[in-house]
Amino acid sequence: MTSIQFLKPDPSILARRDDIVSSLRSVLPDEAVVSDPVQLRAFETDGFTAYRRLPLAVVLPSSTEEVAAVMEALARKKVPVVPRGAGTSLCGGAIPQEDAVIVSLTRMSRILEVDYPNRLARVEAGVTNLSISEAVSADGFFYAPDPSSQLACTIGGNIAMNSGGAHCLKYGVTTNNLLGVTMVLYDGTVIRLGEGELDPAGLDLLGLVCGSEGQLGLVTEAIVRLIAKPAGAQPVLFGFASSEKAGDCVADIIAAGIIPVAIEFMDKEAIAICEAFAKAGYPLDAEALLIVEVEGSDKEMADQLGRIVEIARRHDVQTIKESQSATEAALIWKGRKSAFGATGRVADYICMDGTVPLSQLAYVLKETGEIVKRYGLRAANVFHAGDGNMHPLILYDVNDPVKRQKAEDAGNDILRLCVDAGGCLTGEHGVGIEKRDLMTHQYNDTDLDQMKAVRAAFDPEWIFNPSKVFPLEGRGETDGGKASADPDTRPSPMEAAE
Amino acid sequence: MIPSDKADRRIEPADETELADAVREAAEEGTPLEIEGGGTRTFGRPVDALATLSTARLSGIVAYSPNEMVATVKAGTPLTELQAALDEANQRFVFEPIDHHTLLGTEGKPTVGGMVAVNASGPRRFVAGACRDSLLGVRFVNGRGEIVKNGGRVMKNVTGLDLVKPMAGSFGTLGVLTEVTLKVQPKPETEATLAVRGLLEADAVTVLAHAMATSTDVTGAAHLPELTAGKVLDGALGSEPATLMRLEGFESSVHERAEKLKAMFGRLGEIETLDAERSQRLWSDIRDVKPFADQRQRPVWRLSMKPSDAHEAVMALRMEAGASAFYDWQGGLAWVRMEGGNTLSGLVRKTVAAHGGGHAMLIRATPSERRFAVPFQPQAKPLVTLEKRIRDAFDPKGILNPGKMVA
Ligand SMILES: Cc1cc2nc3c(=O)[nH]c(=O)nc-3n(C[C@H](O)[C@H](O)[C@H](O)COP(=O)(O)OP(=O)(O)OC[C@H]3O[C@@H](n4cnc5c(N)ncnc54)[C@H](O)[C@@H]3O)c2cc1C
Repeated sequence: MTSIQFLKPDPSILARRDDIVSSLRSVLPDEAVVSDPVQLRAFETDGFTAYRRLPLAVVLPSSTEEVAAVMEALARKKVPVVPRGAGTSLCGGAIPQEDAVIVSLTRMSRILEVDYPNRLARVEAGVTNLSISEAVSADGFFYAPDPSSQLACTIGGNIAMNSGGAHCLKYGVTTNNLLGVTMVLYDGTVIRLGEGELDPAGLDLLGLVCGSEGQLGLVTEAIVRLIAKPAGAQPVLFGFASSEKAGDCVADIIAAGIIPVAIEFMDKEAIAICEAFAKAGYPLDAEALLIVEVEGSDKEMADQLGRIVEIARRHDVQTIKESQSATEAALIWKGRKSAFGATGRVADYICMDGTVPLSQLAYVLKETGEIVKRYGLRAANVFHAGDGNMHPLILYDVNDPVKRQKAEDAGNDILRLCVDAGGCLTGEHGVGIEKRDLMTHQYNDTDLDQMKAVRAAFDPEWIFNPSKVFPLEGRGETDGGKASADPDTRPSPMEAAE
Repeated sequence: MIPSDKADRRIEPADETELADAVREAAEEGTPLEIEGGGTRTFGRPVDALATLSTARLSGIVAYSPNEMVATVKAGTPLTELQAALDEANQRFVFEPIDHHTLLGTEGKPTVGGMVAVNASGPRRFVAGACRDSLLGVRFVNGRGEIVKNGGRVMKNVTGLDLVKPMAGSFGTLGVLTEVTLKVQPKPETEATLAVRGLLEADAVTVLAHAMATSTDVTGAAHLPELTAGKVLDGALGSEPATLMRLEGFESSVHERAEKLKAMFGRLGEIETLDAERSQRLWSDIRDVKPFADQRQRPVWRLSMKPSDAHEAVMALRMEAGASAFYDWQGGLAWVRMEGGNTLSGLVRKTVAAHGGGHAMLIRATPSERRFAVPFQPQAKPLVTLEKRIRDAFDPKGILNPGKMVA
């Protein structure tokens, strides 16, 4: 079986384990260093639960200074470091390796400053996404990127993955809402990019750091943009007899000059799963469902929804559900937002994240169906239709190694299809270990070498997250790719994220 | 070598492959190249080059599908050509790129590549992002003469490191852009601008911050103090200070939001409403720094700071030297003209640092001033080291626009 490989742990590091742990204890309080194997198990995987490795140790620093001290200590010993937030990564980005130390940012979860006149907040990297919005909500503001995992995931993880959410169509993803970071480099140097002004001085390193999957350094603080809340928000739900009709409807809404805050798509399988879980009143007879959300005053929303409904009618919409109250609106969203969790209750799944040009949506959706059928599997599709970011959830059984392999193979075929259709491997979940070996399908060697050269400018020794993002060829021996040892004890970041 | 303003050798490759060959050759010989698009954005430090490499012949729209709101264009394409295609489909750039012609008195046609290379953005930038936020993908030739692609044609993409963002605003020092893909958007049905008159700078910035704290979706927030107000709309706005808020969208919605803002700020005096046509002209004047487009060479600085800090820095500057200014981006972008004729870069930088930080860039100055005044903001030491290593990763021989971004 061709499981995803990690780099083979460096025996000389494993042999120095005690020495490494004691040097960590010399720069951190005792309780901030975890080395007990039982406790380490909580850190052996992330949201990509099919794979796991036990880390050498875990540290839980409380300040940028402590992070810098840790890095200084580890860089001298050339010990790999895996940054970690909440561990909700869906691509294995936060999975450690046996010779690596995890630096977990979860203790750095303070909101340091809220500045309304300048519409920004300065926060520590371990703060959860949702808690920023919660802290400023009473004053009429919010932080826009809203991954469905927002209750659990950290802003540091969001920056690493350039996370998006349902409302990105209007407000953009993390990189469009980030004004600055404080970052610790591999040797313990602390740099600050951006002070709250809009444009960087010099090269746009902030843009480079965002989406770099913990490859360039440890983000310890961030300055994020706050936005005034809209007067109101209202979703409408449409059921269609085919995905093509739903797709055409999306294209026409956009062509009409209406930019809703969100356009979410679900196929029949996803509708059934979500409806069974959330009882949101989704039409079980529909082949495809769209949730379109608009914002504004009551009058503005009525006006926009009127235009949108008219367009939907032109595409033979079968079901129209306009929310009459906040409760109804919440219910419409509940089904969508719990899609991953609900699916997790039905079966194990891997979630693909390819993005395709809007004109290719219907084609890729159809081909996706063909691919999973070929492998004798099922998939549920829920995704951000406004920006072409697809999320086929391929259902399988983690305890069945044959099925698991088939699911991974089907996933890889789907991602190649996305690239071939003019799209990319991952829109918002990151490459991690999951899509690492497909990078060569999207980029040639020159493209990858340029990225690696930039990576090396930050981290010449591959200290950070060494088994991730870039194919391992030429980087030393691999560990043979063992998968999850003991599925029954899997932690469930999915449930935590709901 | 006595630095001249223009190298005498000119290379105009016909396509990307030829361009890559030219750069590879230059790298082998160690020939420094000045990269030129339309030659309209002459800021940064003058480059001591032995040859000029022009993208002029890499021209044309490769793919533009209005339905997908995405356009792929060769770097040397005149901006006017792309703009015309967008107009035809009733679409636009959301980042409202500044045209530097007027301010700098340059001739030539701005190119799409040049726009991206300087990350040219305008009034809507403070809510809708800069050019870099709309830039989805690039192809470029690095300093080794290799053709590299990064990003793509889709709106969301975290596949590998994002080299797209640093390419925007790297002034041709990391690579020669050959093709770019940009996100565009439908034009709104209409727009209008409200003008509150007679406010002092501090009060104006407070008003704009209050407006931005409402749900009215203001997409332009500027303040023109006395003297600068009279320089837009061919003087039609009058010289009284003007605090400006732009609304865009469907007619009824613009009207409703305008009423809301008027109710909020009505106590400050009569609020004027500029209709769509005047509003459009007004914001293009603000975008292109029309108040300082005076044919004279008095130095112009661009300060990018926190909105609440910039006017205080300007105030402090005025105590020490003659300076006039106006503000965009809710106050966070200050355009400052030094009335004494000297750039006073030491003073400008010290003042910015003393008022919450941010950065100052010298946009208009004579070539000799740009050579000695350090046009870009100097950075903290660890960042200087890091930037140097990153530049080496793209252009190890340092042949692309050498020295242009030296700070
Ligand atoms: C149920 C569920 C729903 C999800 N929905 C969405 C969604 O809608 N949109 C979306 O974009 N994603 C979604 N995700 C994916 C995931 O939540 C995001 O990728 C999130 O940003 C990860 O944050 P985290 O704090 O959990 O990071 P982790 O999983 O701990 O780490 C993720 C990556 O970031 C690196 N990292 C973490 N912190 C730092 C730091 N401080 N400095 C440097 N590197 C760091 C890690 O090394 C790793 O590579 C979902 C996940 C789940 C389980």
